[in-house]
Amino acid sequence: MISSALLYALVGCALFVAGVAGVLLAPHPLRRILAFNVMGNGAFLVLVGLAQRAGFPDPVPQAMVLTGIVVAVAATALALALARRLAEPEDEQ
Amino acid sequence: MMAFDLLLAAAIIWSAVRALTLRDAAHAVVLFIVFGLLMTLAWVRLDAPDIALAEAAIGAGLTGALLLDALGAFRRMPPAAGTGGWTRAIILAASGMLLFAFIHALLAMPYGERVVLPEWVAAQVSQSGVTHPVTAVLLNFRGYDTLLEVGVLLVALIALLAVAGSGNASRKTAVNPMLRAFASAAAPLGILAAGYLLWAGAHRPGGAFQAGAMVAAAAVLLHLSGRLPAWVAPGRLLRAGLAGGLLFFLAAGLFMTDAGAYLTYPPPSAGSWILAIETGLTISLGLALAGLFLVLAGQGRAQ
Amino acid sequence: MTMLEWTSAALLVAGGAFFLAGTLGLLRFPDVYSRLHALTKADNLGLGFILAGLALQADSVAAALKFVLIWPLVLAASAAVSHAIARRARQNGIRPIQRP
Repeated sequence: MISSALLYALVGCALFVAGVAGVLLAPHPLRRILAFNVMGNGAFLVLVGLAQRAGFPDPVPQAMVLTGIVVAVAATALALALARRLAEPEDEQ
Repeated sequence: MMAFDLLLAAAIIWSAVRALTLRDAAHAVVLFIVFGLLMTLAWVRLDAPDIALAEAAIGAGLTGALLLDALGAFRRMPPAAGTGGWTRAIILAASGMLLFAFIHALLAMPYGERVVLPEWVAAQVSQSGVTHPVTAVLLNFRGYDTLLEVGVLLVALIALLAVAGSGNASRKTAVNPMLRAFASAAAPLGILAAGYLLWAGAHRPGGAFQAGAMVAAAAVLLHLSGRLPAWVAPGRLLRAGLAGGLLFFLAAGLFMTDAGAYLTYPPPSAGSWILAIETGLTISLGLALAGLFLVLAGQGRAQ
Repeated sequence: MTMLEWTSAALLVAGGAFFLAGTLGLLRFPDVYSRLHALTKADNLGLGFILAGLALQADSVAAALKFVLIWPLVLAASAAVSHAIARRARQNGIRPIQRP
């Protein structure tokens, strides 16, 4: 019987792999940004779920994920700005 | 409760896969926001209320607002060619093998003799100046990480300002009067909640990250209701606010060099130092997170 | 179980029933306006019941008041948001469905 923390770590694996496949397969930049975020969320779940599989909360990976979420949104915003410049019609550049 | 976890796990994977495969971009973004809210529930189930707060406000909320705002810009984009059949099959097969390898590695990983890190944190938390272990790790034991992370956020914002270019920042669409009324009541409450979260972080879930996210949410709401213009070039006051939190953190670290080690808090006054640093961080993080949205909102409105 | 716990459980079950009805409406109703109607009416009432049920179980009066405070905030937010969605749908030319 696996603990629920380990279950979420396994979900994290599935999300990470789905994100990798999405980044590689999706032609549209917006979809790639979504896939990148799904990958990140998968990594966060593995980090916390694996550390807590014995059943006790672990503040160290929790604090790391907290900083990770802020870095992820900063990267997403930068990626969106670049993608929006790409989407502009050629003559305006 | 295992049944609930299994249901939630299935819903998380389903919403993520749908967000990556749905044809319509707007549907995909909405599914991604649903995915973020389901992740919030997962963090609650993992005894991580701090992450749940940040995920709801930043992962689902702010990221969702950024993505929704970007949708209009991509509508004119010509569809790119998809990956060919064979490449597609190979990537999917490789992903399947990767998943299998990950799951195998995770299940085969041995349990250590005992879990060390939470015990160390629990043993040291009384020296850290705060009683909430996550805040103790963020601001005291791993203060470097937080310092550098605020730096990363500022660098991202500077890069964003450089990339975004100057659009005409005025919104042409008429502002919804109902939203306007709601924003004028909710934005001050958001700032109040930010103050509460900042104060609560010392002894319960909360802190500078969640408080900064509340400040950013209030700014997004004010922008959507037409009371706050998009950023084109931040003025002096705004720049000072953005850099202030990081500079204060750096200076405080220099001030607290104990026996050659940077950023070592003296235990008697550690609590006050942490509160002062977190207050500065709340302002800087709030402005920077708001800036991510407000700069992008000003981009590409020239047409 | 004490009287307080029974009342709390009854309120939670009632809240759950309203959420179920709201979700059913979201899935089954034909257009965006009637779906919004189902969500904002049924779910907000359900949330009220659940918050009341949780407030009865709270450790202190302050915690109970925090639960109760959530309700008007969500009511105001969902009114503003559902109005914004409906307004946008109307601007985009989506007509309310007519009885056949």
